[in-house]
Amino acid sequence: MILSIARKEIKSMFASPMGWIILALLMFAFGTYYLNGVNDYFEVMSGAIRPAERYGVTQFVGQTVYGLASFIMLFAVPLLSMRLISEERRSQTLPFLFSAPLSLTDIVVGKFVGLVAFLSILIVYIALMLCTLNIWSDIDFGYILANSLGLFLLLASFSALGLYFSSLTSQPVVAAILSFIALFALMILDRFFAGDPSNTMSQLSLMKHFQSFAGGLIDSGDIAYFVLFIITFLILTIRRLDADRLRG
Amino acid sequence: MNNFTVEAIELTRLYGGRPAVSDVSFNLTQGQVLGFLGPNGAGKSTTMKMLTGNLAPSAGSVKICGIDMIENPKEAKALIGYLPEMRPLYKEFTVDEYLTIAARLHKVSSKHIKKAVENAKARCGLSHMSKRLIENLSNGYQQRVGIAQAIIHNPMVVILDEPTVGLDPIQIRDIRALIREIGGQHSVILSTHILPEVEMVCDHVQIIDKGKLVFNGSIDVLKRQRIGNKLLVGFNKTPDIEKLAKIKDVTEVEALENNMVRIRFAEGKLPHEAIVQASVKNGWGLYQIAPDQTSLEDVFMQLTFQDVAAPDAVAA
Repeated sequence: MILSIARKEIKSMFASPMGWIILALLMFAFGTYYLNGVNDYFEVMSGAIRPAERYGVTQFVGQTVYGLASFIMLFAVPLLSMRLISEERRSQTLPFLFSAPLSLTDIVVGKFVGLVAFLSILIVYIALMLCTLNIWSDIDFGYILANSLGLFLLLASFSALGLYFSSLTSQPVVAAILSFIALFALMILDRFFAGDPSNTMSQLSLMKHFQSFAGGLIDSGDIAYFVLFIITFLILTIRRLDADRLRG
Repeated sequence: MNNFTVEAIELTRLYGGRPAVSDVSFNLTQGQVLGFLGPNGAGKSTTMKMLTGNLAPSAGSVKICGIDMIENPKEAKALIGYLPEMRPLYKEFTVDEYLTIAARLHKVSSKHIKKAVENAKARCGLSHMSKRLIENLSNGYQQRVGIAQAIIHNPMVVILDEPTVGLDPIQIRDIRALIREIGGQHSVILSTHILPEVEMVCDHVQIIDKGKLVFNGSIDVLKRQRIGNKLLVGFNKTPDIEKLAKIKDVTEVEALENNMVRIRFAEGKLPHEAIVQASVKNGWGLYQIAPDQTSLEDVFMQLTFQDVAAPDAVAA
């Protein structure tokens, strides 16, 4: 049943120009950065004479592209997640889902899976793009894998948070702004506490946990953080929808 | 185990302490069409939301074919088709796409989805609209899609909240025929403001007012109440009221404007003949004699405004 909802969400994303435009713009941006990265690599590396300053093309290009991806998704995900529930609230289509034989968990997880599946298109696209480097060099697949996993978890967290804010309001734009502010705050939280890295607050930052993936390190602690983050917001969303049923 | 398709047991719903629906109980058996009547804000939609599990009742319970809505919502919801007041349509999809999604969400097995969609479209007269975007359909056709969505999985109980709102007379006739057809195999609950509609479609009526059930009975009871033991008689000359009142079986005579007279008579008697004869004998110039029908609106008013004359025979 979760998959039925996810299919419906993906279908509706592609039914409007919104989904196509966002995909096209993002792919264009990533493609440009990828090309720039490849060009810059030779310039920078020819300048770095000492071997210690040289590093692989995967890391050099990957850093640029994944760095951009994590930043640009901060804007893109709220735009995609905003309509998940608030649009249904506004056009009063929620009773359609509520009166179907589905649990609230099915509905919320289905919507979440739908959005993440849509975003995964981009993750796969970036990974494939970087793999083309393998044609003329010997690339580090582990680095791409770690970054893809990190980006996947990061985007899934964005989606879960966006879904929650979407369930709070019946105005998609309000949902988008709220989730953007919340995500932005969570992203730069570690900057505020840069002087004291052991501070608990900085541990809450999404960016801090993405950093290790960006360096090619898969840390179970970071995976646990993202998974807990996602579960928390999904549960909050379910609770919010349940409140609709209870309080009306 | 009884064979009620819907059982509502003492349903109560409070909104901030104020009861929107209080102590509503009723049952429905298979093949019945139940009309739900009531003025605005009486609690019709709230009751329907509770029946379909969209709203949790503050007290009481709902059973669909014996399955409790609160304990086993998934199983109970699978037996219901619901069209809310605001049509829950995804306007970016075509009719086919939307109905396929509806079928899939209602657990129609993937082999039968195509057939179910075709069937629902045929029943609602949508077959030639398959590829149209719902957004571009007229109001009436959108309503049909809403109804198609509610019957696509062949549910035991179909609940329609004001299904004929915004339709043209021809479409209303089609929809009524459709409701009667559905009512043949399933139970149907529909709410409406249009009283003649209830008379045409339903075989069971409930009138709800201020959250309380004020009438629950068969449509015949309502009809009988409507016809009553009254005659409306018109004369050319002013008749003698006393002489009229003395005619056998006449219980009450009330003079109205334009020499019209309303005559009440005893239950089961037919004083019509005697009245005509009296008129001929006295030369009153009778020109009209007809049963005085209380309009359904009047019955409705009587039931919903209890301070105006207590209703004669309210079947509980």
